Amino acid sequence: MNEFLLLAFLFLIAGVISVPVASKLGLGSVLGYLLAGIALSPLLAELDVDVVSIQHFAEFGVVMMLFLVGLELEPKMLWQMRSKLLGLGGLQVGITTLAIAAIAMAFGHPWSIALAIGMIFALSSTAIVLQTLNEKGLMKSDGGQSSFSVLLFQDIAVIPMLAFLPLLAVPELVDTLPVEAAGHGGAKSSDGGHGLELSFVDGLNAWQRGLVTLGAIAFVFAAGTFLTRPVFRYIAIARLRELFTAFALLLVVGIALLMIVVGLSPALGAFLAGVVLANSEYRHELESDVAPFKGLLLGLFFITVGAAIDFGLLFGSLGAIVGMTLGLMLLKAGVLFGLSYLFEIRGGDRWLFTLSLAQAGEFGFVLLSFTVANGVIPPGLSDQLLLVVALSMLLTPLLFIVYDKLIAPRYAGAQAREPDEIDERGSVIVAGHGRFGGIVNRILLSAGYKTVVLDHQSEQLEMVRAFGVKAFFGDATRPDLLHAAGIEDASMLVIAIDDREQATELVRYVTEHYPDVYIVVRARDRHHVYELWGAGARDIIREGFDGAVRAGRSALEALGVHPYAAERKVRGFVENDRAQLRELADLFDPDIPIQENKPYVEKAREFIDRAEEVMTGRSKDFSSRADRGWVPPSLEDVDAEVEASDAARRS
Amino acid sequence: MAKLIVYYAHPGHQFSQVNRAMAKVVAGLERITFVDLYAEYPRFEIDVGLEQARLLDHDVVLLQFPMFWYSTPSLIKEWQDLVLEHGFAYGSGGDRLEGKHMQLAISAAGPEDAYTCNGYQNYPLRTFLTPLEQTARLCKMEFVAPYVLYGSLHAPANGLLEAHLSGYRRLVEALRDDRYDIGAALELDTVNPDNLPILDGGAA
Repeated sequence: MNEFLLLAFLFLIAGVISVPVASKLGLGSVLGYLLAGIALSPLLAELDVDVVSIQHFAEFGVVMMLFLVGLELEPKMLWQMRSKLLGLGGLQVGITTLAIAAIAMAFGHPWSIALAIGMIFALSSTAIVLQTLNEKGLMKSDGGQSSFSVLLFQDIAVIPMLAFLPLLAVPELVDTLPVEAAGHGGAKSSDGGHGLELSFVDGLNAWQRGLVTLGAIAFVFAAGTFLTRPVFRYIAIARLRELFTAFALLLVVGIALLMIVVGLSPALGAFLAGVVLANSEYRHELESDVAPFKGLLLGLFFITVGAAIDFGLLFGSLGAIVGMTLGLMLLKAGVLFGLSYLFEIRGGDRWLFTLSLAQAGEFGFVLLSFTVANGVIPPGLSDQLLLVVALSMLLTPLLFIVYDKLIAPRYAGAQAREPDEIDERGSVIVAGHGRFGGIVNRILLSAGYKTVVLDHQSEQLEMVRAFGVKAFFGDATRPDLLHAAGIEDASMLVIAIDDREQATELVRYVTEHYPDVYIVVRARDRHHVYELWGAGARDIIREGFDGAVRAGRSALEALGVHPYAAERKVRGFVENDRAQLRELADLFDPDIPIQENKPYVEKAREFIDRAEEVMTGRSKDFSSRADRGWVPPSLEDVDAEVEASDAARRS
Repeated sequence: MAKLIVYYAHPGHQFSQVNRAMAKVVAGLERITFVDLYAEYPRFEIDVGLEQARLLDHDVVLLQFPMFWYSTPSLIKEWQDLVLEHGFAYGSGGDRLEGKHMQLAISAAGPEDAYTCNGYQNYPLRTFLTPLEQTARLCKMEFVAPYVLYGSLHAPANGLLEAHLSGYRRLVEALRDDRYDIGAALELDTVNPDNLPILDGGAA
């Protein structure tokens, strides 16, 4: 327990200190974590910590990340990506593997080892690349999408690689392996490194295996489509925030386990589950629940990558390893650059695609230990290759900096089609879809605006989703959920949630953090108006006011007042009431009880006196202004005017 | 028997002396349609379909209003803009109002002699009414000489209102009963209680 706390403390403090510094310096969070890991490595070695096993655990962050990526990607979009996914991804893996293998053979390695190295180095780092692309907001760009396609294909390609690599085993190496390691290796380093031997497909023949695989995928689709809704509703009964988080984690972990059992990639399974749930109303809730865990695990993963760099070995053969790393990155970049011509990736996107995927990735660690365990690659070579993988990952953030500083500015003007893609998220977020928010939403939709609706009542949501409204489950007062709903890109937030304190808090939060987002907020009553005004809202609508005004007008009409006179009377009333409200709102101070707020009380007193005059008929205060234009001048005035006009003409 | 619709428009109905009294006279008459535009559309949400049906259903369209700033009260303009649609009232296929008559009944605060080339209003009253006259023409309607009360603010005090009201009643009844000499009225500039071209025994 104490050891666990100590480790947690070390990793957390390293991250907390180094990441802000790296971000400040424009290096990005990934490099921050990597450097933190390097800084920690002597300490970890001193404490005799098994960094590699922590790394295997932290790799689960990649599974979570792909789940989140899937959530952002609707099935329709995945289908549109199919040519890139198979063509671009397939060619990248194939060409890079063969090219590296050829070079390795030229350096005198036997063909089996060369081919294994080729496969290992062909893969790139999903963790670093997706994390960085997301951080820089480049995921939706053409280059980002292409990179993602390749990464996804690589994740899928790992599975046949794991099946194929043992066939490359060198008999002499297998003989030297300790018996126990040989039996264990396969399972221990199965994709994702979960160290579990659960697979029950080993004993099955090919078609049974295929059937089980298809069944598992079908199960993910069916469960995602039909089971999530009732389960979420069941969980909502408890009314506990953490239960949603627990369920979201359960979902991802469960899918990962299922995939391992049937011999598929957990990352791929999580991705598919994400895609299935991308259309669900719980999407943003799941997103904001899983995201922090993903972030922490990936951070831990990057730290372990940094910490695992064996500097003794590195400095022992510095020239060779650095040379191999640079050669590898140059080769990978060259292949990517060539493919970008074939797939018509242009301008800055071509460079983004080329530079982002030029490293070896975390699957390299997995495959390397797997090949050693299966007697494919000798341990000495593997240690060197491990360093190459780690070093290339360490260099990747630098390539992103090159892209940011040198390449992106050159193409800044050419990115003409960027803006319309921002619209992908709703431009108006409607928080609360009850009687009030529902009407606002319908009006916005009918005018052609895109909206994202957030509500925490699932019955309400199912009803509106049946009408095709884009509605999501979740509590809009949580910043992470607002973020997931796209508050950064939204131009407006409509707040129609029932709880008045929460509405005020939401106004305060959004005006402070997103001053560009226009807020329309419902007030429950007069005092709520003051609170909202104090919190920074300027477009405040009292929920009962308009209805009451209309009722008053109806009453006047029924009593025989000319409808247009009644209309003007209530217009005057509204105008007057609003002006008073605004004056009082300025005097209102949430920290002073109203009765002790002297200027407020005086002003209110004054308004009450005036209202009394109006109500007793002694003043026509709020009706006079609208009427003035229709009251004829006195006869004397008319005559004087005629006289003056005539006189002016005569002179 | 002609079918007659009276559109009355006065935004300050409760402050009016002349127009309110005139409206009261015609609203009580039988077999005419009376519409208080500001009462029907206090928020300017004109029901275009209903209004077009009303126009199709009548032969004479009488607009009664006070002159404000040499023009109609704003709701009448709104009504024109929305109801006299292209393809309905004018333009290709817009012949639905063809052959109907447009009659105005208006009040002006200025004295009659102000509405001359030498008066302080600089132009004859009909000049200020040319937008409506041309509107009628474009809609293939006949623009009949307007029924006018000058110096309207003085009328209640100097006794002219009574004559104006009874003249208004005779005009509307004659139009309704086909006793109004439209041909003669088309020749006139404006009409008043003394020169109404009413056929056989039109005096009240």
